[in-house]
Amino acid sequence: MKIRPTFWKLVFLFVMAAGVCATYVRFAKGLGPSTNLSDQFPWGIWVGFDVLCGVMLAAGGFTLTAAVHILNIKRLRPIIRPTILTAFLGYVLVSVALLFDLGKPYNIWHPLIMRNPHSVMFEVAYCVMLYTTVLSLEFSPIVLEHFKLEKPLKIVRAALIPLVIGGVILSTLHQSSLGTLYLIMPEKLHPFWYTPLLPVFFFLSAIAVGLAMTIFESSMSSKHFGQQLELPIIQELGRVLLVVLSVYGILRFEDLLHRDVLKLVLRPSYETYLLWLELVLALVIPLILLLQKKVRTSAGGLYVTAVLVVLGFITNRLNVSITGLESSAGVRYVPKWTELAITAAIIATGFALFGMAAKYLPIFPAAARLEASGTEAEVRAEVLSHAGD
Amino acid sequence: MSKALLYDATLCIDCKQCEAACAETNQLPYDDAVAQEDRQSEHKFTVVLAKGEKYMRRLCMNCGEPACASVCPVAALRKTPAGPVIYEASRCMGCRYCMVACPFGVPKYEWNKLAPRVKKCTMCSDRVEAGEPTACAAICPTGATKFGERDDLIAEAQQRLRENPGRYVNHIYGLNEVGGTSVLLLSSVPFEEFGYRTDLTRDPLPLFTYRVLSRIPDFVPLGGVVLGGVWWITHRREEVAAAAGGAHEKDDGPKEVVFYPRNDGRTQ
Repeated sequence: MKIRPTFWKLVFLFVMAAGVCATYVRFAKGLGPSTNLSDQFPWGIWVGFDVLCGVMLAAGGFTLTAAVHILNIKRLRPIIRPTILTAFLGYVLVSVALLFDLGKPYNIWHPLIMRNPHSVMFEVAYCVMLYTTVLSLEFSPIVLEHFKLEKPLKIVRAALIPLVIGGVILSTLHQSSLGTLYLIMPEKLHPFWYTPLLPVFFFLSAIAVGLAMTIFESSMSSKHFGQQLELPIIQELGRVLLVVLSVYGILRFEDLLHRDVLKLVLRPSYETYLLWLELVLALVIPLILLLQKKVRTSAGGLYVTAVLVVLGFITNRLNVSITGLESSAGVRYVPKWTELAITAAIIATGFALFGMAAKYLPIFPAAARLEASGTEAEVRAEVLSHAGD
Repeated sequence: MSKALLYDATLCIDCKQCEAACAETNQLPYDDAVAQEDRQSEHKFTVVLAKGEKYMRRLCMNCGEPACASVCPVAALRKTPAGPVIYEASRCMGCRYCMVACPFGVPKYEWNKLAPRVKKCTMCSDRVEAGEPTACAAICPTGATKFGERDDLIAEAQQRLRENPGRYVNHIYGLNEVGGTSVLLLSSVPFEEFGYRTDLTRDPLPLFTYRVLSRIPDFVPLGGVVLGGVWWITHRREEVAAAAGGAHEKDDGPKEVVFYPRNDGRTQ
């Protein structure tokens, strides 16, 4: 993080200070004074962004572990550590966000003993709990290696494949179930977004965002952590992203067509504008970009595409959870400063934790090699020799 | 047998005694100011709405298959066999999914408390269990709100519609809405005028999520076997290739599934 350290540190301090103030308001005064939520609109950005988008942005973890360990695509190995780190931090932060949103956060453990298997929320709670455990185990070798704890390392490595398979199943379940959450409100959610296919769309878009986030992260890491950009790898991710986006796009179009909603798509309305914002960001521009070889093979092109895909699907999640419910609720929801401040502080915490982990743990290939070989000089030499490749 | 309420708006005289009785039973404040409030809230579980000489009550419909109870992850909301949909505050963690899911927008929240609870009419569950009618039905001076067996009340509502076809909109609200509710309504003006949606599905809402959720027990073993199979094939293929090629790098074989390779794979 050598680039403009003072500016970003100031931003970080400001965001964290605002977050602390907002946290005080939330826990000293309650949900009413700290949010713009109401009986008409009980879920805001803490659910729509922090939880729905948070889980989606962490989807790279299961996508990449499946690709590397199940499909045995070895080429992708160098980026698996930062991806798992992102996923792990993502899920931890989602859990933290939940503590803010729940009316009685100290009861968060209740689903463990008070079960309602008919509830999608119950299923999501279990999957997220179990998957966070899986992620911490998948992440543990990095820490164990660092402290040279060979025995536990052996155990985790032996359990790796079952862990990965379990993680992929749990992710498939809860990524799609976040869409299933909204299936219970056919009368409330706007027809642009209410479809029996919601779970399928949530799952597919999680994969797309998982890939996009991995590209984004590799690019950022190459800028800020002095990592060499793994261009062939992100080119490969770009190609897969193109396929996933195409499948998603076709399904989305057919869904609108068959539910007879396509005629509403050009009728001007609040929902129409936000639907188009989502579709243009997530599908139209990225597909146009990725269909060109020049973009698909360039680091800059892939970076821009990835950012658009991420923003597009964040819009999608916010549309499902907020835009699509406003008309039936009869209110417009705009988050209060406290809601925004806490969300921003959680994001900032994520960046800071990632930066710290990248600094102190063997996350990136060069650092991993440093741990393995033991001498920094060797690694320097190796990195230099690769620079000429 | 399941109990229910039948509210016949044509018999209502807007005396608001049901509101007062409801507040008393649920230990809520009730005065002239509260009486003026025309929507349900965390301190007012039932409301008599007025449009000129036409009246309509709003209260929790106590659905036969309630969305709120189905979505509650900790089963804080429950439908009792007697009819009421009850709430157990000590289980609740405050996720508010019930409020989002309810097709009638009934559950309200104590937004300004530090240990907030969901608040709604629970059809006087304690009284009903003790064999008494709900407070609102017991006090109603005109019989506009009537308590009884759901089947009997449906028969009675149908009879009223048959005998006075001109007097009513030909619809028993709650008979089929979201699979049927324990509150049944009759009215002389369209229900929409008082904010009741008449476009609700006749399917119980929990079906919409259960259709998906019920597949999970099948999906888990299936997914496990498929993923395990793919893993086996991709790694076996490599093993075979290594055996055939002989000179292939052995250290990439399946015996050494290294989680994170120390070699970064960039070597060509």
